[in-house]
Amino acid sequence: MKETPARAAAVTVEHVSKRFRTPEEATHTLKERVLHPLHGRGHREFQALRDISFSVREGEFFGIVGRNGSGKSTLLKCLAGIYGVDAGRMYKRGRMSTFIELGVGFNPDLAAWDNVVLNGIMMGLTPAEAKARYRRIIEFAELEDFQELKLKNYSSGMHVRLAFSVAVQVDADILLIDEVLAVGDAAFQQKCFDVFNRMRDEGKTILFVTHDMGAIVRYCHRAMLLEHGDMVAIGSPQDVGDRYLELNFTAQEQMHAEGERAGDGKARIIDAWLADSGGERQTQALQGERCTYHAIVEFYETVANPSLTVAFRNDHGENVFILTTIIEHDRTGTHQAGERLHYAVSFDNILGPGRYEPLLNLAHRGSGHDLIDRWERQSLVVRGSAATGGVVDVEGAWTIDQPTTDHPVGGAV
Amino acid sequence: MAADSAAQTVDLGEQIKGPSALSGDLRRSIQLTIAIARNDFKLRFFGSALGYFWQLMRPMMLFGVLYLMFTVIFPLSDLPAFGVALLLGIVLYTFFAEATGTAVTCVMARENMVRKIHFPRIVIPMAVVLTACFNLALNLVVVFIFAMTAGLRPHWGWLELVPLLAILLVFAAGIAMLLSALYVRYRDVQPIWDVFLQVLFYGSLILIPYETVVSKDYEQIAQILMANPLAAAVEEARHIIVDPSYVTAADALGGAVWLLIPLAIVASTFVLGVRVFQREAPRIAEEL
Repeated sequence: MKETPARAAAVTVEHVSKRFRTPEEATHTLKERVLHPLHGRGHREFQALRDISFSVREGEFFGIVGRNGSGKSTLLKCLAGIYGVDAGRMYKRGRMSTFIELGVGFNPDLAAWDNVVLNGIMMGLTPAEAKARYRRIIEFAELEDFQELKLKNYSSGMHVRLAFSVAVQVDADILLIDEVLAVGDAAFQQKCFDVFNRMRDEGKTILFVTHDMGAIVRYCHRAMLLEHGDMVAIGSPQDVGDRYLELNFTAQEQMHAEGERAGDGKARIIDAWLADSGGERQTQALQGERCTYHAIVEFYETVANPSLTVAFRNDHGENVFILTTIIEHDRTGTHQAGERLHYAVSFDNILGPGRYEPLLNLAHRGSGHDLIDRWERQSLVVRGSAATGGVVDVEGAWTIDQPTTDHPVGGAV
Repeated sequence: MAADSAAQTVDLGEQIKGPSALSGDLRRSIQLTIAIARNDFKLRFFGSALGYFWQLMRPMMLFGVLYLMFTVIFPLSDLPAFGVALLLGIVLYTFFAEATGTAVTCVMARENMVRKIHFPRIVIPMAVVLTACFNLALNLVVVFIFAMTAGLRPHWGWLELVPLLAILLVFAAGIAMLLSALYVRYRDVQPIWDVFLQVLFYGSLILIPYETVVSKDYEQIAQILMANPLAAAVEEARHIIVDPSYVTAADALGGAVWLLIPLAIVASTFVLGVRVFQREAPRIAEEL
């Protein structure tokens, strides 16, 4: 990929490697050292990052994605200067601020002032700056009336708000953001992302670590995928997203081999996808669009009249709606080993903008609880501009006119 | 090779370095040390009805008890203003014990900070020492109140206490760095140091002053003990503040040249502390 950077690189990483040495057995006391002088040397080496090189241009929202243990958080901590690297170099241009955890060093027994000043200094402000910005920080956190309280008397929401406003007021040029930041409630997560979007619009450089592909697609200009400490993909969020799903897919395949999959395994859902009105596979869908959900089922044993259910779950784990064959298509006949079925169900996408997890259940005839297989692999992002704030957005047909006389208007008839 | 030469010609900005004891900016380290120490100090009596008043009252009452106990009820010595000399010794020892004793576990106690944010690691033990300094200052105020009541009058000679305290501070800081770095690897440091501090209390001739030991014909032992920087500092402070009849550290050691021994111990401890801390600092976040 040939890049002609319009703007200079804000962060440059060149051939960075990082190893962790974990002692085979924790030898933490002198006695153990003295009694087992040779054991103390036994280290297990763990290669957390292997020869990583990339650069992030100024003003770019750059996503770092990977599964648990892929090294993404380690990379962030190396960039933040919390871990030293074993090889390679890293450069930055401008003030860098880390959002790995909010409110680091907050003391529950002290009031807002002391905590804000200390936290501000820790995050890179001078004491004078920290004091000067105190008012703005408190206002942003909407805590004007609670300044005298000790932090331990704050609700967790207030605590997070205070910590977040300190971090925001540091006004760094480069922000390193870990996904753990977004652990608050939905409203707070939204506020975080609003701020990050605003910062992006202001031209700040943002490096964002997550395992949520949906967030990458929604917010990032460019992304990179880590797997076992290797950089396996870098490029557009869509490309990286595809690669990520592929990786997850193979990982799940391996899991099946180990027999960890739900259901009795007499048949398997071997593929499932969402297609847009043009029949193209998508991980994103437009609100209001006519969509089709496809699934391919392969039978390994004889199964009679199985049912397939597709549930769309939102971020809160609620089933927004469920499409099922149980009600109207409960008799598909008896299927022999080796046979394949292609299920397709089309529907109007009434889902509000957001992220959803389609969950497919293949079950024996009946209530749908006697599972043959379960499939849950790919999140679905719904985009759209006409969000009403409801869980779903239904197209309603309004008529607005003068009431006719035969309408009873108030009162008893 | 092409990439390497390109990297040299293109300005990539500032290099990101890993954690270290003193990452670059000395001023930031000092600011951070003060901010942390200030909060720690504030915490101590925060929430009690009398608040800061206790910072003075607590040593006042404690010293009152010790003063009565060892000068009136069970007099340890008939040296001039022995009560004040005793308190002065206790205050200096308390400073040293607090600074070093708290320092042992301080990095561990701030684990969360170390793992989550980039800052000069040296700040942690230094903040502990600084908090101990604040307490020392308050305790000294109380000692001076006792000194006044005992009939001592301040004079310019008391200013000699300043360089003396500075030396003690360097000693405490060196040990604080050494212990806090070692503790990350060896948890045994804590019990060992606890016992050592107990030994040091008697080894610093605080309860039984140098003069008493000498008068019991243990001059040799007293002289050896004076090689201990804390003992020398206490003796010298008594000479400066309380009464000239308390011998100077130099005389107690048998000549000014011998002062080099405690001074060398202070200097080498400090250098060792800095070295060990610097060596351990980059990996503290991983070792915790």
